[in-house]
Amino acid sequence: MTEALRPVFAPWNDPDEKPLIQFKNVTKRFGDFTAIDDLTIDIFEREFFALLGPSGCGKTTLMRMLAGFETPTEGTILLSGQDIAPIPPNKRAVNMMFQSYALFPHLSVWENIAFGLKREGMKGDALNSRVDEMLRLTRLERFAKRKPHQISGGQRQRVALARSLAKAPKLLLLDEPLGALDKKLRQDTQFELMDIQEKTGTTFVIVTHDQEEAMTVASRIAVMDEGRMIQVDTPARIYEAPNTVYVADFIGDVNIIEGRATPSGEQVQIAWGEGVSDITGTTEKSFDSGEKVHFAIRPEKVSVSVEKPDDTPNAFQGKVLDIAYLGNLSTYHVEMHNGQIIKAQSANTRRLSRRAITWGDTVWISFTATAGVLLKG
Amino acid sequence: MRRLTWFNTTSLTLGFAFLYLPMVILVIYSFNSSKLVTVWAGFSTKWYGELMRNEAFLDAAWVTIKVAVLSSTFATVLGTLAAYVLVRAGRFWGRTLFSGMIYAPLVMPEVITGLSLLLLFIGIGLDRGVMTIVLAHTTFSMCYVSVVVSSRLSTFDMSLEEAALDLGSTPFEAFRLVTLPIIAPAVISGWLLAFTLSLDDLVIASFTSGPSATTLPIKIFSAVRLGVSPEINALSTIMIAIVTVGVISASLISKRAAVRQRLEEQQAVRS
Repeated sequence: MTEALRPVFAPWNDPDEKPLIQFKNVTKRFGDFTAIDDLTIDIFEREFFALLGPSGCGKTTLMRMLAGFETPTEGTILLSGQDIAPIPPNKRAVNMMFQSYALFPHLSVWENIAFGLKREGMKGDALNSRVDEMLRLTRLERFAKRKPHQISGGQRQRVALARSLAKAPKLLLLDEPLGALDKKLRQDTQFELMDIQEKTGTTFVIVTHDQEEAMTVASRIAVMDEGRMIQVDTPARIYEAPNTVYVADFIGDVNIIEGRATPSGEQVQIAWGEGVSDITGTTEKSFDSGEKVHFAIRPEKVSVSVEKPDDTPNAFQGKVLDIAYLGNLSTYHVEMHNGQIIKAQSANTRRLSRRAITWGDTVWISFTATAGVLLKG
Repeated sequence: MRRLTWFNTTSLTLGFAFLYLPMVILVIYSFNSSKLVTVWAGFSTKWYGELMRNEAFLDAAWVTIKVAVLSSTFATVLGTLAAYVLVRAGRFWGRTLFSGMIYAPLVMPEVITGLSLLLLFIGIGLDRGVMTIVLAHTTFSMCYVSVVVSSRLSTFDMSLEEAALDLGSTPFEAFRLVTLPIIAPAVISGWLLAFTLSLDDLVIASFTSGPSATTLPIKIFSAVRLGVSPEINALSTIMIAIVTVGVISASLISKRAAVRQRLEEQQAVRS
């Protein structure tokens, strides 16, 4: 398939696209505590939208407001253009998958999935076929008659998903859906979730504190802190072009270098301490001469070598302090002449290769002028 | 574990003898064939037969059971609702006062409860009979139910109810279809407790009963004042049996529910 035939899914860039959910200046306070602070955001149909942030950043509150368990103190939330404030949770075309799954322990898997459908009066063949369809979708056919305590954690997670999807909601909310699963199962389930989201065409909003999970599943990620959205963007943009030190630091591993900027044409020279030459970086932002700047660079974009590379403006000498061997990767912690430690990562592409660099060696680290991001403040 | 020394054995025996010897004697003498209560004249069940033909006792027994069933049912409904609100409603103005007031009747002297109810019934001109005893028993056994139910509710996962609402139930449906089935063991054991309490209450019943309705404990008490008859022994033995069954099943139900819940939680952690 050529690029032209495959339209990129990016409704947020299309000014004609109508958002499914609109938060307009929403604030939520609990007593003196402000959980959500004047938040405005649009979420579009068929999106897989991730709310990412540390605990207490307001992501769960945001989700509970969508479900109807909390009401905003100020501002409005629109679902398909309609204000949802007066609609109680049981009348909303929104379903939620709870962190604890909240499966009804006295009902079988089948009855759990049928619960919501029965509430809207569905019965007989229609009910049977819809529940069976959900069981098939989540590969739970064999467990239909079991009670929740008779199945494994991963199966329970799928029951919760099937139950919340059964009513074909416009919007599905997932509160840390994979938090209780172990790492391997979590990775498999992430792909399963994406698959199901694509098949059903439902809009998913997922709350998570696991950045890898958000990166894997989401079409867009909102990085939250203290009730505000710091950056809302695609996973690639969040990773490669973070807009603040907070976002850069929260997502993945990063070297943050503090310095003073000196613009020179397209490029910026960054002075970052005694005994080291300036870093050369590129940016679209304009910096004043002598302005404080943070240079953020991912370890995998820093290479480490014994000889000085001569094809890059950024090459610095240092001493290896530590080597972390992760199997697929090795991370070198290299101390610069100014005392700063830079992490450099290289892929272990060869099995049992003779390691040329070891602890205490003097090495060169290098990166291109475009490898890092310049951040203000 | 410590071994049973002769000292331990003796104190255990003495303790249990102190508690149960009177009842054992009563049960034994209910099978006495002699009319004289204190003279053993051989085994017989004739007093049980005699009892079945005694209209006054049968009437009283019928009243007692009616009162116990009705009052424990009302007490269960009210006590469950009170527990539900006190556990669920979060912090509202006067919550501590309310929960304190729910538990106050547990320690209130029965004479005072009975007297105040009597004054109330006279004050509002309610004729004393089955209805007033039912009301009185509901009042004092409701707090026992609410203690039992609220201890279960405090460990109940709130998100289960939210999930029910989220799936389109009305708040009442969420309670009826999700909360109630899950807390049912606690509600049932609350009912059994209230039933037993109502069955053996003498003090409050004697304040609130009228000439038209006499409960079994009142009947026994007044009969005994004229002298103990073997019939009374037989009757008391039956009552002991009913109360024992009630209390044991109440505790078994709640214990089994707790064990099952713990097992399920362990299973959930393991898998």
